[in-house]
Amino acid sequence: MKVIGKDTQRVDGQALVRGKPVFTDDMKLKDVLYVKILHSPIAHANILSIDVSKAEALEGVVSVFTHKDFKPHYYTTAGQGYPEPGPRDMRILDQTVRFVGDRVAFIAAESLEIAEQAINLIDVEYEELPCIFDAQQSMTAGFAIHPAEGTSGIHDVEKNIAAHLDAEIGDVEAALADSAHAFEGTYSTPFVQMAHIEPHISLTWLDDNNRLVIRTSTQVPHHVRRIVAEVLDIPVGRIRVIKPRVGGAFGGKQEILNEEIVGAVTLKTGRPARIEYTREEELYAARVRHPEQLKIRLGFDENHLLTAIDINILEDCGAYGPHALTVMSVTSQKALSMYKAPNIRANGDAVYTNLPIGGAYRGYGAPQAFFPLESLMDEVAVELGVDPVDLRLKNVFKVGDDVPIAKILGEGREGFPMVLYSIEIAACLNEGRVLSNWDALRSAEQSGRFRRGIGVAVAGQGSGIPGIDMGAAFIKMNEDASFNLQIGATDLGTGSDTALAQIAAEVLNVSVDKIIVYSSDTDMTPFDTGAYASSTTYISGTAVKKAAETCKAMILEQGKKLLQIEDAKIIDTQVVGSDGQTISFSDICIKSFYTEEQTQIMGSASHLSYDSPPPFNASFAEVEVDTLTGTVRVIKVVSVTDIGQIINPKMAEGQVEGAIPQALGMALSEFMPFDDKGRFTNLDFNSYHIYTSNDMPELVVRFAESHEPTGPYGAKAVAEIPINAPAPAVTNAIYNAVGVRIKHLPVKPQQILEEMDLN
Amino acid sequence: MKVQFELNGHLVEATHAPGTTLMEYLRGEELYSVKHGCDHGECGACAVLVDSKSMNACLILMHTVSGRKIETLESFSTHEKLHPLQKSFLKEGAAQCGFCTPGMILSLEALDREGAEIDEAQVRDALNGNLCRCTGYVKPVKAALSTLKASRNAGGKS
Repeated sequence: MKVIGKDTQRVDGQALVRGKPVFTDDMKLKDVLYVKILHSPIAHANILSIDVSKAEALEGVVSVFTHKDFKPHYYTTAGQGYPEPGPRDMRILDQTVRFVGDRVAFIAAESLEIAEQAINLIDVEYEELPCIFDAQQSMTAGFAIHPAEGTSGIHDVEKNIAAHLDAEIGDVEAALADSAHAFEGTYSTPFVQMAHIEPHISLTWLDDNNRLVIRTSTQVPHHVRRIVAEVLDIPVGRIRVIKPRVGGAFGGKQEILNEEIVGAVTLKTGRPARIEYTREEELYAARVRHPEQLKIRLGFDENHLLTAIDINILEDCGAYGPHALTVMSVTSQKALSMYKAPNIRANGDAVYTNLPIGGAYRGYGAPQAFFPLESLMDEVAVELGVDPVDLRLKNVFKVGDDVPIAKILGEGREGFPMVLYSIEIAACLNEGRVLSNWDALRSAEQSGRFRRGIGVAVAGQGSGIPGIDMGAAFIKMNEDASFNLQIGATDLGTGSDTALAQIAAEVLNVSVDKIIVYSSDTDMTPFDTGAYASSTTYISGTAVKKAAETCKAMILEQGKKLLQIEDAKIIDTQVVGSDGQTISFSDICIKSFYTEEQTQIMGSASHLSYDSPPPFNASFAEVEVDTLTGTVRVIKVVSVTDIGQIINPKMAEGQVEGAIPQALGMALSEFMPFDDKGRFTNLDFNSYHIYTSNDMPELVVRFAESHEPTGPYGAKAVAEIPINAPAPAVTNAIYNAVGVRIKHLPVKPQQILEEMDLN
Repeated sequence: MKVQFELNGHLVEATHAPGTTLMEYLRGEELYSVKHGCDHGECGACAVLVDSKSMNACLILMHTVSGRKIETLESFSTHEKLHPLQKSFLKEGAAQCGFCTPGMILSLEALDREGAEIDEAQVRDALNGNLCRCTGYVKPVKAALSTLKASRNAGGKS
């Protein structure tokens, strides 16, 4: 292959390193209105009255919107499949607020300063309602956070259960009772912020034909168009969504967060509108990773082979449930897709509380699965006296294995059968074992103030949502044998435009600079479900490959006609006849445009897959625990991943290198404490600490040789997989260093000190 | 209010409302490489060079820039030519989403202009005020080391 598997300059690279105005907010809109939201200061309350007269009287205020301006209509802000798998429980503005940060009203004004001033002039009389900040207690709180009337898809309104799942294969109870060894543990993962550096930002205006243009930093332009059309009650065809470059998203922008608000302002006033969240709003009013509590039970036979896996999930979905069901489904599905066990069971509840709303965050339920699973596997290895790497090698799925959970647990409904055509987790473990110096470090005696340890964890993910995610591509040829590639797929900063250009270039025998990419504009590019569920390379990439092949077949046909020959083939960028005549791609296109057999050479294709081949990862973490303070420093992380054929090595590495500090942040540095009123207290990057350049450990990033037969050129996904295993690898390393077992993230130095004292 | 200073090599006189930050002014002048990330001087996305030091423009009030020399990333490249740091960021794939890239390059340029010996610890220190959620800082550090060390070996600033 000439292009696949090679580094290539990113198609947007020049613009990015030059600081060109390529992001949503990098443009001036004439007469733009600045929009600000009044967020609820109270975790749960009815709005008894809302007086906007003082705000309206402020000079420069153009429009004020409250719940009275919208008819009750329930929708979900989740940008995912349709009909949506989760509950419809949210209104654009409601008479009840359900968390600190919920929308009360919004204002459009001539300047940001006036808008900020005006929201403080709105007089709201609240009737405070009882609130609940604990998912377990919420089910028996005796009051419902959401009404039954108007909402739909809520599993049990009275018990505040947004979603529920049950799945079992075999007989888990019997298998556990018969197991030679049975283990169990209860673990929890915390609220975590996506913390993309570019905040949520959306601009709207009316074009010359009175259509609503939405320029927004989103992962899901087509879902934005559909949902805004529904909420504002205008036809889909009257909306154009444009996604420029995105300054990081990680799932946080898989949400229709504010697009409907600026859209409402523009439709009402006829003027352009702009809304941008401040960092503080990002932290308390946007979306977070769902905290989950997992009880997990494992049964093993006398040969240390798994006989049963049982997981019980309690997910806190916060005040609304946009991803409540599907995140929990992913937790179950991923926890049960790593190790082969004849008896498996998952059940879970996603429960409303009066806390921030759980959204999509890289891994999407999988980090919540692998922290408990991989922590308990480590405990099992220690208990059974076997090497943790060996215990995993013995139990992981292998090539050709059926993964039965995939069929019964899909995206909120039944899934599709899954057979593993590529799984190189054993190679990942073996290579990581060597690179991390596992055997020597594992048994190294530790004493003194600073003690080191090493831990391992494995994980899987998926490549798109089987039977649901669809991407389409369109390619047309130009006179110089360059090609316009138009794709609905959404590059959210990952470089997917470049990866997709590489796929097209490989098919068409041209260099990547001959592929002119334009993506994510609902007027100009075909449909794509969007950039989530690690779908772009695998799903959209296959659509691109098919479209390029169609285009290439048309080049050959045109070449044959122009050469007036029946038998010809493509060699490099020429059509070569059986008689030795040749015609270049460029000449074929020029003649096809202007002189002979006139036509546009082009190709289009869509792709949907019933397979979702999991990428796999083994992570080894070396840590140093300060026994005086209880603080943990990560020294080194070795991450070896099976992503099938690599499309672009540097970009693939970049995905892993970026995911690891996000995982380490969840484990060690990113805290989301709430006060007794449900107010999140870490409202800036100073207190919500994401990894800085000085915090970084040494990273060793490798990929296993692998080929996925169902993927484009053998590729699987890379975006999410590397975030799953580092956190349990770190906590397992802490155990190895000081004998303290961390079951609840983030790691608290106090716990390490207290338990070391007990030991 | 009025203030005079040098902006990207040109003397400018800016008229601004009291309380306007340098970030607001520069973005208003369509110098969009200056990014808005946090307003609190914590993320470094709005970093600019003030008298060759990397500073967060969101924390600088306009009336304080009188007589200063301000540089943004727009002044680093010409139509034809990239700055060596831009080149190495491009080559190493150090810009992932690219939102924090301008601030990173400015912080590294400030380090380079200090003229001290370059090692990894210094590069990491220089980037410590530029938060990045995409790259884990691996490729930015690599790009910086290759360029800044080369600049030292060539005996001059890049």
